[in-house]
Amino acid sequence: MMLRVDVSKSLGDFHIEASFAGAGRVTGLFGASGAGKTSLVNMIAGLLRPDRGRISIDSETLDDTAARVHVPAHRRRIGYVFQDARLFPHLDVRQNLDYGRRMNRLADDPVQRARVTDLLDIGGLLGRRPGQLSGGERQRVALGRALLAQPRLLLLDEPLGSLDEERKVEILPYLVRLRDEASVPMGYVRHNAGEMRQLATSIVMLSRGRVIAFGGAEVLPEALSSGLISANTRTSR
Amino acid sequence: MFDISPTEWSAIQLSLRVAAVATLVATPLGIAVAWLLARRDFWGKSLLDALVHLPLVLPPVVTGYLLLLTFGRRGLVGAWLADHLGVVFAFRWTGAALACGIMAFPLLVRPIRLSIEAVDRRMEQAAATLGAAPWRVFSTITLRLAMPGVLAGMVLGFAKAIGEFGATITFVSNIPGETQTISSAVYSLIQTPDGDPAAMRLVAVSIVIALAALVASEWFARRALQRLHGN
Repeated sequence: MMLRVDVSKSLGDFHIEASFAGAGRVTGLFGASGAGKTSLVNMIAGLLRPDRGRISIDSETLDDTAARVHVPAHRRRIGYVFQDARLFPHLDVRQNLDYGRRMNRLADDPVQRARVTDLLDIGGLLGRRPGQLSGGERQRVALGRALLAQPRLLLLDEPLGSLDEERKVEILPYLVRLRDEASVPMGYVRHNAGEMRQLATSIVMLSRGRVIAFGGAEVLPEALSSGLISANTRTSR
Repeated sequence: MFDISPTEWSAIQLSLRVAAVATLVATPLGIAVAWLLARRDFWGKSLLDALVHLPLVLPPVVTGYLLLLTFGRRGLVGAWLADHLGVVFAFRWTGAALACGIMAFPLLVRPIRLSIEAVDRRMEQAAATLGAAPWRVFSTITLRLAMPGVLAGMVLGFAKAIGEFGATITFVSNIPGETQTISSAVYSLIQTPDGDPAAMRLVAVSIVIALAALVASEWFARRALQRLHGN
C-alpha cells in the first residue's frame, strides 16, 4: 500500500503544508503537540477537507482539489482509532464491534471476529457497556471495532495519549501484535519518540504544520531515543 | 360525580385522538426541522426558526384565523386539497389535529433541537470512519443519542395539543362529536347553567391525563438516559 499526501490547509492562523509518501507497514507521524498531526490524519480519513492538494492510496485518489474530488469519509475504508476511543455509549461492546461490518454490509465472519477479539483480549467484555470499561479496555475495543470494519489503512491518533503509564504498558504490546499479525497498514500519530521507535517502520516528522524530516527511525531526535520519554515537553514551542 | 355522559366521553376520546395524531404526524417533521436548525447552515435559516416559533408568540386566535383562511374550504390550500385529494380540514376533527399540531410544533422542536445539538459530533465522525453513510449516521447514532430529547418533545407537544383551545375553536369551531375537545367542552359547560358538575368531571379527567403523560415521560427519559450513559 502506498499513501501519498500533498496538501495545504489553513485553520485560523495555523497553516499546514505537508507532503510525504508512506509505504511501510507502520508510518509514524511524529511531532510536538500543535504540529498539525491530528489535522493531517483527519484529512487522510476524510473528516477534514484540504484547501489545496492531493491525497491518494495506491492508484485511488481520495482528495484532489484541482479535480474537485473528495471521497467522503464513509467511502474511504480507512479505519480510525481516536485518542478518546469514541465508543458508542448506547451500544454494548459486541454491537460496537459489529457496527462497521453492519454499515459496510459485510458478511458475518465469526472467524475474523474471534481472531480480533483474541488478539486484543476483549472476548470477556462483549456484554458490557462502554461506561463499564476501563480506559485501556475502551481503547482495545476501539481498536477491534476499527479492525473489524476491514479497513485498508488504519489510522491511530495517539491511541495511548489518554492513558496513564501503567495502561500504556498494557496496550503497547497489542499494538506491536497488531503490526505483526494483522495485515493492515497503519498510520500512527504520537509525540513520544520511544513508542515511535517500537512501532513505526517509517517516520514523518512534523513541526508547525510542515514536514521537517522523513525516513526510518534514525530521523527521531537522538536525545529522546531511549525509553518512554515524552518529546512533547522538549520540542513544544 | 363520575357518571360520565356520552358527550363528555366523545370529547375525551376526541381530545386523545386529536393530540395523538397531531403529535405522531408532527414528530417526524419536527425531527427534520430540528436537525436542519441544529446542524445545517443555509439561507433563510433564521426565517425558518422564526416561522417555527411563530405559533408560540402569536395570539392563538390569530393562528386559528390564519388556518381558516388557508385551510378553510375556500382557502388557498384548503380548496385545492378538497378538490384534488378530498381532504377537508375545516370543521372536522382532522382540522383540530392540524391546529393542535401547528400550535404544538415549537414546543416539540425545541427539546429535539437542543438534544441534537448536544450529540457529540465526534461520535458521528467515528461512525463515518466505520463506513456509515450520513443518513445511517443520523439513524444509528444522532437520533439514538438524541432520543431523550425526542421523547421530551413528544410529551410536551402532546400536552400542548391536548390543552389547545384558541386556535382549534377558531378554526374548527366547537361541534360536539366532531370538533369538541375537552377544552372546548369545558368552555361550553361553564357557560351553561348547571354545567359545573360536568365541567368538574372533565377537569378531573384532564388532570389524570396530564399526570399520566408526565409520569410516562419521566420514565421514558430515565430509561433513555440510562441507555445513553452506557451503564
